[in-house]
Amino acid sequence: MGYKIIVLAKQVPDTRNVGKDAMNADGTINRAALPAIFNPEDLNALELALRIKDQFEGSVVALLTMGPPRASEIIREGLFRGADNGYLLTDRAFAGADTLATSYALATAIKKIGGYDLIVSGRQAIDGDTAQVGPQVAEKLGLPQITYSEEVLSLDGDKIVVRRHIDGGIEVVEGRLPLLLTVNNSAAQCRPRNAKLVQKYKYAQSKSESDPMAERYAEMTKGRDYLQITEWGVADVDGDTAQCGLSGSPTKVKKVENIVFQAKESKTMSGSDEDVENLIVELLNNHTIG
Amino acid sequence: MNNVFVYCEFEGKAVAEVSLELLTKGRTLANKLNCKLEAVVIGSGLDEVGKQVFPYGVDVLHTFDDKRLFPYTSLPHAAIIIKLFKEEKPQVCLMGATVIGRDLGPRVSSSLHSGLTADCTQLEIGSHEDKKAGKVYENLLYQIRPAFGGNIVATIVNPEHRPQMATVREGVMKKEILDPAYKGETIRHNVNDYVSDTDFVVSVIERHVEKAKHNLKGSPIVIAGGYGMGSKENFDMLYELAKELHGEVGASRAAVDAGFCEHDRQIGQTGLTVHPKLYIACGISGQIQHIAGMQDAGIIISINNDPNAPINAIADYVINGNVEEVVPKMIKSYKKNSK
Repeated sequence: MGYKIIVLAKQVPDTRNVGKDAMNADGTINRAALPAIFNPEDLNALELALRIKDQFEGSVVALLTMGPPRASEIIREGLFRGADNGYLLTDRAFAGADTLATSYALATAIKKIGGYDLIVSGRQAIDGDTAQVGPQVAEKLGLPQITYSEEVLSLDGDKIVVRRHIDGGIEVVEGRLPLLLTVNNSAAQCRPRNAKLVQKYKYAQSKSESDPMAERYAEMTKGRDYLQITEWGVADVDGDTAQCGLSGSPTKVKKVENIVFQAKESKTMSGSDEDVENLIVELLNNHTIG
Repeated sequence: MNNVFVYCEFEGKAVAEVSLELLTKGRTLANKLNCKLEAVVIGSGLDEVGKQVFPYGVDVLHTFDDKRLFPYTSLPHAAIIIKLFKEEKPQVCLMGATVIGRDLGPRVSSSLHSGLTADCTQLEIGSHEDKKAGKVYENLLYQIRPAFGGNIVATIVNPEHRPQMATVREGVMKKEILDPAYKGETIRHNVNDYVSDTDFVVSVIERHVEKAKHNLKGSPIVIAGGYGMGSKENFDMLYELAKELHGEVGASRAAVDAGFCEHDRQIGQTGLTVHPKLYIACGISGQIQHIAGMQDAGIIISINNDPNAPINAIADYVINGNVEEVVPKMIKSYKKNSK
């Protein structure tokens, strides 16, 4: 028997390769200067799902992402690597969501997709590093969770055994499907793109990507349903706008300070009492030390 | 009601370091908010736990003692905290940003619809004005954390929802006993009132945990010494600076080869690669092999009496001076200027 697996993925700015032009003069983030990538641990999650699909014939791996229309890029990336289909959750009403409002939106979409055995996501996204969305989605769906997963050791009917990478060691836990797993970067790397799948899916598009050439698109996808990336807004998933986006977010950002970006020009000083003290005070004031 | 709560992790026979650090911070916050500090410990064999937590100024200790509650699994611990918080209505809840805290916190915040800020590096109390709504909130928890790969620092508030929840990494807050004879009250709860059998659907079947000797790899602040430290005695001063700054000590290969430091702290091509927020290189000339292990550091300070040391070229701050004089000055100056 096969399993139905939903992989939660996020398109993130690549915060690991931040250049000097990544911050604007006013201290805000220059998103245009940062490449948008498939969140690395979500790729580990995809691999974990694909391995289950390899092992159990008839399994289906679906990708679900929330973001602006361009986030369908990562759905295509997932299709190139072996996912079967993808869902893009996009709507202005989702904008400004904190982790709680994000997990609400994802949970409503998962309910809409329905019929799943396993939800898999990366442990955390590199733009926020919160590790909250996975457990919050599990709570909203009433599912048990196994976080920090490294490998599925066995899967037999609804019984799953997973190795977790925890502080200072490992833990092997057993659970029952349906459940939600979050996956660590210590798990297996995601397989590369498959050339045949790239050929098959390179024209896969979501509705908003194809609007300017709607007619041609309709013609092209005729009889090729797999080229349609499902696109949903709040209404499509029966979402409550009050619980989405900024209005559904209990946390508010009060203040943002740009700290680290400064020109890499050395400041040279002597070892005098005064110079050392000035340096310590400067580091305290800019939160480098606390 | 409306007190400050700390979820304390319990492993073996002891409350985790990070939890004691949070109790220390929690006491400060409770004083500012003029409320009580309460601790929650969930696990097995908790008879002696009061002795461990009361000295940190805990007014009320809630224990949930049951063999099935250790090792930690998500659902039973979450069920207990959720029900307890519905009864006690805390205004603030702190947890360690550990594997456990980062598994439990989001689950609880989702159920209670209360905001949660992960990996805070500072917690303060202050007011907040919502100009749009024309409302001013007093005595909110400022949850301050780096974001965006460590390139910005954000202050997060949680105006309308309670508890205001935050997780904090180990070693970020200071641990300090308030009064060894501090008297608090213990409430031993009946576990079966809080969990049901179905909460035990996930079970731990195998577990290997070793206590790490140091956390050099994950430390946001690294103080590294080289051959220029001159002696093992001088090198040992770096541990004192590291303790003050909440950092870890690393070494260059030359310092390890000279016997100043053990090999497991070596940074560089044949040792560890670190990417801290702040790297202080003390008496390190900066061979390319060493630089390979630390060049991604956010801010680099080089202390060296050779103005032409190669490491100075990649340093943000260069102190031309003798390390054995500069390091004690830094310790003194930090003690004087930090809060």
